[in-house]
Amino acid sequence: MSAKESTFADRLLGRVSPAGLLSLVAPVTAIVFAALVTMVILALTGAPPLDTLVVMGEYAVRPRSIVLTLNSATTYYLSALAVAIGFKMNLFNIGVDGQYRLAALTAAAVGGAVALPAPLHVALIIFVAVLVGAGWAAIAGLLKVRRGVSEVISTIMLNAIATALGSWLLNKERLAVEVGGSNNIGTKPIPPSGQVPGLAIVSGTQTKVFGLILLSIAMGVLFHIVINRTRFGFDLRATGRSESAAVASGVNVKRMILVSMVLSGAVAGLVGMPQLLGASHSYSLDFPTGLGFTGIAIALLGRNHPVGIAFGALLWAFLDTSAGILQIKKISPDIVTIMQGVIVLSVIIAYELVHRYQIAAEQRRVSRQLASTAPAEEGTPA
Amino acid sequence: MSQNALATPEAPFQEPKRPARKFTFTWRTLLLAVGALILLLSFTRAVTGAADLTSTGAITASIALAVPIGLAGLGGLWAERAGVVNIGLEGMMIMGTWSGAWGALYFDNPWAGVVAGAIGGALGGLLHAIATVTFGVDHIISGVAINILGLGVTQFLSKVTFAEMKGGGDSQSPPVPKPEVVSVPWDRLGDQDPLRALEAKQWFLLSDVAGILRGLTTNVSLLTILAILLVPLSYYVLWRTAFGLRLRSCGESPVAAESLGVNVYLHKYVAVVVSGALAGLGGAFLAQVAASAYREGQTGGRGFIGLAAMIFGNWRPGGLAGGALLFGYTDGLQLRGSGAAVHALLLVVAILLAAVAVHQLVRQGRARTALITGVAAVVVFVVFALTDSIPPEFTSVTPHITTLLVLSLAAQRLRPPAANGVIYRRGQGG
Amino acid sequence: MHAVVGENGAGKSTLMKILYGMQRPDEGRIRVNGAEVSFRSPGDAIGVGVGMVHQHFMLAGNLTVLENVILGSEPRKGGVAIDFGAARARIREISDSYGLGIDPDVTVEDLGVGARQRVEILKVLYRGARILILDEPTAVLVPQEVTELFANLRELVREGLTIIFISHKLDEVLSVADAITVIRRGTTVAEVDPKDVTARQLAELMVGSELPSPETRESTVTDTVAISVRGLNVHSAEDRCIVDGVTFDIRKGEVLGIAGVEGNGQSELVEAIMGMRPAEGEIRLGEHDISGWTTLRRREAGIGYIPEDRHRHGLLLEAPLWENRILGHQTRRPNVKGPWIDRAGAREDTRRIVESYDVRTPGIDVDASALSGGNQQKLIVGREMSGEPVFLIASHPTRGVDVGAQAAIWDHLRAARAAGLAVLLISADLDELIGLSDTLKVILRGRIVAEVDPKDVTPERLGSAMTGAGEAA
Repeated sequence: MSAKESTFADRLLGRVSPAGLLSLVAPVTAIVFAALVTMVILALTGAPPLDTLVVMGEYAVRPRSIVLTLNSATTYYLSALAVAIGFKMNLFNIGVDGQYRLAALTAAAVGGAVALPAPLHVALIIFVAVLVGAGWAAIAGLLKVRRGVSEVISTIMLNAIATALGSWLLNKERLAVEVGGSNNIGTKPIPPSGQVPGLAIVSGTQTKVFGLILLSIAMGVLFHIVINRTRFGFDLRATGRSESAAVASGVNVKRMILVSMVLSGAVAGLVGMPQLLGASHSYSLDFPTGLGFTGIAIALLGRNHPVGIAFGALLWAFLDTSAGILQIKKISPDIVTIMQGVIVLSVIIAYELVHRYQIAAEQRRVSRQLASTAPAEEGTPA
Repeated sequence: MSQNALATPEAPFQEPKRPARKFTFTWRTLLLAVGALILLLSFTRAVTGAADLTSTGAITASIALAVPIGLAGLGGLWAERAGVVNIGLEGMMIMGTWSGAWGALYFDNPWAGVVAGAIGGALGGLLHAIATVTFGVDHIISGVAINILGLGVTQFLSKVTFAEMKGGGDSQSPPVPKPEVVSVPWDRLGDQDPLRALEAKQWFLLSDVAGILRGLTTNVSLLTILAILLVPLSYYVLWRTAFGLRLRSCGESPVAAESLGVNVYLHKYVAVVVSGALAGLGGAFLAQVAASAYREGQTGGRGFIGLAAMIFGNWRPGGLAGGALLFGYTDGLQLRGSGAAVHALLLVVAILLAAVAVHQLVRQGRARTALITGVAAVVVFVVFALTDSIPPEFTSVTPHITTLLVLSLAAQRLRPPAANGVIYRRGQGG
Repeated sequence: MHAVVGENGAGKSTLMKILYGMQRPDEGRIRVNGAEVSFRSPGDAIGVGVGMVHQHFMLAGNLTVLENVILGSEPRKGGVAIDFGAARARIREISDSYGLGIDPDVTVEDLGVGARQRVEILKVLYRGARILILDEPTAVLVPQEVTELFANLRELVREGLTIIFISHKLDEVLSVADAITVIRRGTTVAEVDPKDVTARQLAELMVGSELPSPETRESTVTDTVAISVRGLNVHSAEDRCIVDGVTFDIRKGEVLGIAGVEGNGQSELVEAIMGMRPAEGEIRLGEHDISGWTTLRRREAGIGYIPEDRHRHGLLLEAPLWENRILGHQTRRPNVKGPWIDRAGAREDTRRIVESYDVRTPGIDVDASALSGGNQQKLIVGREMSGEPVFLIASHPTRGVDVGAQAAIWDHLRAARAAGLAVLLISADLDELIGLSDTLKVILRGRIVAEVDPKDVTPERLGSAMTGAGEAA
């Protein structure tokens, strides 16, 4: 490019590199749009729109809220990573939800039933969770590879089956015991040797951050390395970008489908772990549900990129936490769910539009750049 | 030519599709099948003594449970016939539960609720259409987002509207006015209701027919009748009108449709909005008829079961209705706490499997397939013989397991619309 | 019945799209029945009675013939309902009066290719077209179906319809057409009467009388067979034989050219050799029988592949160039070290390819989609040469590529051949085939039908072998 500064028209018409800034345009637009929609709804229901958002923001930066946010984000992050593995090769693992619930239940039961020295006990619980998650996902993978069943439908169905299986297992005749002082039932509590202590990294509050936040971070790094730095990751991304080109390059697509489904399920198995090992120590009727769907939303928000997902998870958790104040202010905290839903829907549309624009823009940029350096070349973008 | 690129997305490693055998459907076969089924049920009842298999109560409950599934399935049918995959049905149905209850309460008229329910769902459908048709967003992603959004909006609205009402709460509405119910006045035939008397006799076949008939004709909500009428109506519109043909052509080959001047976008929009309206109607039915109040989490994944019924019914209204009835029936038996009846169903399944095996062997000469089916029949029978009941948790997943079995075992027979889920951009026809 | 003939890329398709309103002409006039018309859309063309039968059928397989035919102009009764009776009667009437033999109530999926084509014709007639444009109607038909089609077409002409028939199969054209227009490179080169010309003369007109003379060059062909293919068969999903008993050997330093009109099994042959498509027969690479090997193993054994459709099979369009360098070579240095992607190595080597193959790009981090076709292709050629192949499949290596890139790619292929590479060259470009090949084989309907020596090739011979005109002789 010449030294002169690019004008707005240049940027608009894609005459300068769209890198960096443009990739943030979509999520920021979506968030602003969602905030506007939220404010309109608040105004319609008679709450002061701007004040409410300010109150939510103020509440969410209190030390205790920050810990809650970090804890939720830890879980969301794992869930979104599980989904992202599938997305990287155009597989929709809608079944993360069922996979993590079944995994957490089994792992909790195993953890409560055995006594082992501390690190081994935790390792065993996590291992069981990973195994169950992977196994449950493998059903969908096998159905797709062997019988051509769409993973979307099969994972939706498997979610419901996992729910049924879970409630059958979580019965006093089988895995459950009564939780003291309530009419709740849950698995036998995991003894301290199988628990992961919290981290007191936020000052000004008694509440501790899940120790397994470290696992989340490690998984993010691992995800990045495997996807971007290994042959396996390359094959996976190649399949996602163009199945036909992957086939021509020698990738065994069926095997890739099965393996990535199993990996996705394995990570899904981890989703319940921070909560189980860090807080509840037992899988009971009130164990959080629906995290798999949250994971899908966050993976979309973060564009399947480990850092993007981290921001998505933090944003989602931040909104969740900030809803805590609304009850006190007599405003329905579900306004946050609406906001989250609007963010997801508008962000996917925004990404789609930016994506189309970006491709066209880069073609124009390259041919312009080439035209200025080598006027002889008649390169029409193909 | 551009359609060249469009026509060849199949990967070279795919196996060739085997052509499906044609099945011609006539009234005679339908009547025969229904007759055989009743005979089979009454035989099973006689053998196992599970009276609930054909009792009035079980049939009434089954119909009530089948209607929302069927409506969601019809919603799926409309959208997918136009080539738009709609897994946002669940979200649209949830919207329908709230708006149905709210409409009925606000206008103090059950039919206002029905209309409001349909509108609530249709709004969700409109959103899905905007995302998928106009913006070309992946259908699954948009559906997931709509499910999240539908839940949030509904929970929020229910707190805003119902919490203040007398008898309502954060997650529950006050009792909702119900649409009228009608019955065939059997008791005018004799001193007592003769069907009831006949049912109580527990005679083979006669009592069963009486029970089923009475279940079908007693205390039937007008909304149920409307819902049932929507099945033939959908068939008529989609298969018998010019509009329906154009709509289906968008799901089969949008390129061909556009080359003949069909407005593909418009038809897809209409289809998805109608799809949402039908799902919303299913939600309104849940709130107004099945439960008589809005409750959070009321749909319980019925949107997805509707999708399952549609797949089970091979993307056809009749089959879909059959799927909805089947799923409603197992649910209905379960709901009546009749573990014995559900258990007895195993015998029905075993007999049906055995019949299929014989058919495969004698009529089709497929010995290996027949053997597999036969073994399955024996296994089901052994399970039936060795157990006393089926855990209720497993009964509730009948639709899901059935769908997985249908998809994995009979996939070659299924005829989903050819361009289902494919994002279509205007002008691809060249 | 008027035939328009010309080579691939001569402008036939564009001409026909203009006639049907799918593209607008830059200048010139179209007259229908003496009146000047201008088409903005296919609808306008239908309006004045011009209908087109596309080469790729525009039919919905799950719908019945009737539904496909009436779609968009349904006879109605009572405003909304389709009058199936009237539609059925009308279709029967058209079908009977032109002898098309179409049953309106079968599903299109259950029909053979020939019948589908008749449905397409019926669709056009149903809309009242009096002028039919048929785009390469025989490309997908087997001989008996072709005969039937021609009988149908003659029937239509007898009934007073006009047919414009686009083809490059000369024997067919000669047997049915009443007048022939030959086009080459976008202009009309001749208008002839079929009674006055022979297939050979027509072929010469079509191909151009001056065929490129092969450059005199040293033969680099050695005696060592690099790859040998024996009795290769490929079947389509409908169990049609697409590649039929193809057998050949390519020696080190030899370029084997396969000439043929497109759609005669070339793509399938290539995919079978690459292991991307199930096939019967023996393929030996050097010592090994590779017919049971996976695509990956074949590539590792030294098969390079320049695919005919670079967007579908050659590139990840939305990935940067250096990642595209890895594609197809993701198990080999310098791209990987063990299970790890060697970013530095791959990037370094991409720079080398960009440099030595003259890929015009601002950098190796731009997405492949941003490059021009020629530069994309140079990248692919560079990549495939870098895998130290012993055998290279070059499928239309210079398609859609500008002249400069074309010459560069040819130079690279020649250099590689001199270095002992065995090359299978598939192309529709006769200059390319004759200029590069040591041996030329002609493929027609999946079979190798002729072998010609590129040193003394005559246009008659090549043209007639490719188009099947010489079959009878």
